[in-house]
Amino acid sequence: MSLPSKLGVDASPAPATSGWPPVADVSQLLAERAAAGIPTRPRGGATKLGWGSCGAPPNGCQDLDTRSLTGVLEHNAGDLTAVVGAGTPLVELADRLALSGQRLALDPPLGFERAATVGGVCAAGDSGPLRHRYGAPRDLVLGMRVVLSDGAVAQAGSKVIKNVAGYDLPKLFCGSLGTLGVIAELCLRLHPLPAQTATTMIDCDDPATLARVCTALSSAPLEAESLDLAWRRGRGGVLARFAGERASARAASALELLAGAGVDGDTRDGDDEPLWDSQRELQRAPQGGISIRVSGRPTRLAETARLTDDIGAALVGRAALGLWWVTLGPDSDHAAALSLLRERLAPLPCAVLDAPEQLREQIDAWGPRTAGLVALERRVRERFDPAGLLNPSVPVGR
Amino acid sequence: MRGNGLDELLRELSAIVGRERLVAHPDALRAYQSDGLTRHRAMPVAVVLPDDSAEVQKVVRALHGRRVPWVARGAGSGLSGGALPVADGVVIALTRLRRVLDVDLENSRVTVQPGVTNAQVSAAVAPTHFYPPDPSSQVVCTIGGNVAENAGGAHCFKYGFTTNYVCGVELVLADGERVDLGGTEIDRPGLDLVGAIVGSEGTLGVVTRITLRVIPVPEAQRTLIAFFADTGSAGEVVSELVGGSGVVPAAIEMMDELALQAVEQAVNPGFPHAGAALLVELDGPEAECAPHLDHVVEVCQRHGAEEVRVARDAAERDRLWRARKAAFAAMGRVSPSYYVQDGVVPRTRLAEVLRRIDELAAEHGLRVANVFHAGDGNLHPLVCYDHAKPGEPERAELLAAEILSACIEAGGSITGEHGVGIDKKAQMPAMFADADLEAFQRLRCAFDPDGLANPGKVMPTPRLCGEVPGPYRRHPLELAGVAERL
Repeated sequence: MSLPSKLGVDASPAPATSGWPPVADVSQLLAERAAAGIPTRPRGGATKLGWGSCGAPPNGCQDLDTRSLTGVLEHNAGDLTAVVGAGTPLVELADRLALSGQRLALDPPLGFERAATVGGVCAAGDSGPLRHRYGAPRDLVLGMRVVLSDGAVAQAGSKVIKNVAGYDLPKLFCGSLGTLGVIAELCLRLHPLPAQTATTMIDCDDPATLARVCTALSSAPLEAESLDLAWRRGRGGVLARFAGERASARAASALELLAGAGVDGDTRDGDDEPLWDSQRELQRAPQGGISIRVSGRPTRLAETARLTDDIGAALVGRAALGLWWVTLGPDSDHAAALSLLRERLAPLPCAVLDAPEQLREQIDAWGPRTAGLVALERRVRERFDPAGLLNPSVPVGR
Repeated sequence: MRGNGLDELLRELSAIVGRERLVAHPDALRAYQSDGLTRHRAMPVAVVLPDDSAEVQKVVRALHGRRVPWVARGAGSGLSGGALPVADGVVIALTRLRRVLDVDLENSRVTVQPGVTNAQVSAAVAPTHFYPPDPSSQVVCTIGGNVAENAGGAHCFKYGFTTNYVCGVELVLADGERVDLGGTEIDRPGLDLVGAIVGSEGTLGVVTRITLRVIPVPEAQRTLIAFFADTGSAGEVVSELVGGSGVVPAAIEMMDELALQAVEQAVNPGFPHAGAALLVELDGPEAECAPHLDHVVEVCQRHGAEEVRVARDAAERDRLWRARKAAFAAMGRVSPSYYVQDGVVPRTRLAEVLRRIDELAAEHGLRVANVFHAGDGNLHPLVCYDHAKPGEPERAELLAAEILSACIEAGGSITGEHGVGIDKKAQMPAMFADADLEAFQRLRCAFDPDGLANPGKVMPTPRLCGEVPGPYRRHPLELAGVAERL
């Protein structure tokens, strides 16, 4: 099925080296800045600007707004793939794909004014509840066209769902926070939009029960779309979302399984989107607060929930994956809470995402990492950006 | 390498691994001169069989000190020549690193050494869990090799590839440094270097420990095989199943007429004579497998299936899979030699490319059997030839290359799971421009600036790594606040 895009490019496959004018513009701009030694901070919808950085950008650093790279360049509906400009807002892409009953199964929080772009989400490696089944940006990006710091335009990956030709640079660029180059175009793997959804919900007021329910649901072969938890001030819950024609039946079997384990729950059949919006929202910090992403393990959930109570924080995350976000409001001692979290959860990495700028200068955004790892990262960064001009305040390789 | 230099090297290696684990006699070395792609051969000066990652590190450090190139090797079952030795180089065979180090089912992880076979990983986490990527060679191929090649398999259609399951690795770099990348947890801060390592074909270092994600075994499995008059009708079934009918099969595999004949002769599964067969597997909750199976049977019948057989039990399922997984080896029954190709096409172009392969085969007067992962659009044309007939091997190679060109023209890839290795590096420029290859080279140089790890693979032409220019430093006048860059 071929859909006209706003750029007037049809769905027929473009030649691999076709030059899309906005990419040439980005290339020229970066080449000029490289010649003049001007640092650049790539940005999309500016919803995650400070992530990973350890303070304000250096003097003279200029932003590069990727929203000139907007549009769906190809939508190969029969193959469930699409090529999009990096600056395309996620909401626009979703609307467009929904016309064909498809979606990009990537649902991170969309940020202020729902402005998050595909390129920004991938560069930040952000994800939402659909991560449980469909993976992170790294798992959904098939190919990429990137502009390197000297203006060179390179592509890697492919437009098919299976490919091992050449190095997997798309994976390397996902989560690289603009330090290796500017993501210009992405080829994405799509999935069908489910006809129905249903969500099973369990409330509890005891971290041990929370962990037990998470374990029971994640070890059962239920084929959930999403399996999430939330915890705040001694109360919390677990949410399991099912999709497809048999969504309600699956949700009912989840309830049954829990009843067998002595836990009562409830099911919402359809109209469950608000529950999941709220899960996504909890990944971001309230105004003036901080959010910390904990790369955890399911076996350490209960103690983490207790710890968030101790520091007055909220916890949300992916139950089976052990991926959690801890958020604190503006009135807490952020630096103290962060140190306590790192000390008690060690060696689990705790990375600061949202934070006020003055706090960034006092803390280590990423926490301890081995010298060997940092040295290797530095070698990679120096090869891609020898002059160190791209997003210099992000500590990749430092 | 000869004389004193070689003697000194062998002495140093022998001091690390011991004499019994150093192979240097030409007769013994012959076993290592090729991998699964036997058309290419090269004699290394030595093969070392280290026992643990510390020994691997010492060996690599010694080789770096003498600037001797090396190739890491697992089971040697790869099909792109990725483990082909470098003449005058050393092979580091990892088959002795075969310990399962940790099974942590509560966190869905298993940590293994690289010489553990793919099938042993699933066995280590059974019966509650399994490791989904399942190359046909899974009984022999090693996880280290799977990581190097980003191995796939039949169940990747639903479950993804090796790269979707590797959480962390211990890597020995070409200079002998050992570094942990990733770990048990996901989304660790910093670059996704694990993502860059998986599929790098041994050119960025050697992996000595691997942490994998495993998943719960599905409640139920149903497997069927449907026979069709031609690949076109079978292809229509694939398109319908892939296009979002709500049913996501765990695997969709196709075999064409010649492949079916070969399989029949080799393992005698009792299949009827047919132009094509589709092997479809469904898995998931028990309550869903039955209706989904009915749906698949209905789709097959609607597209003209001549016969549909549903496996009644695990033994029948195993027999169906054995027939499919034996297909490559079975080609020996219908052809003296064959060459396995590994192209990918967008799934909507399958039928068209299969027709093109038939035309190309007829033009070259050779037969091509097709056995492939239809759900992924990953073709494995098996080009049949007789190595004893003058000119035939060359014609087979030419035909195989033209099949790849057809895949690229259809918007696909030159390799879906076997890797570029030595076999496809000449085709890399057909898929990637100079600037793309230059970007690959940046990554290669970051990990191995001396080009010692598996040189001569992946990249179409040898390239050297230049020095990295010094990082950008602020001018003293800028630092003093006297001048500013604009």
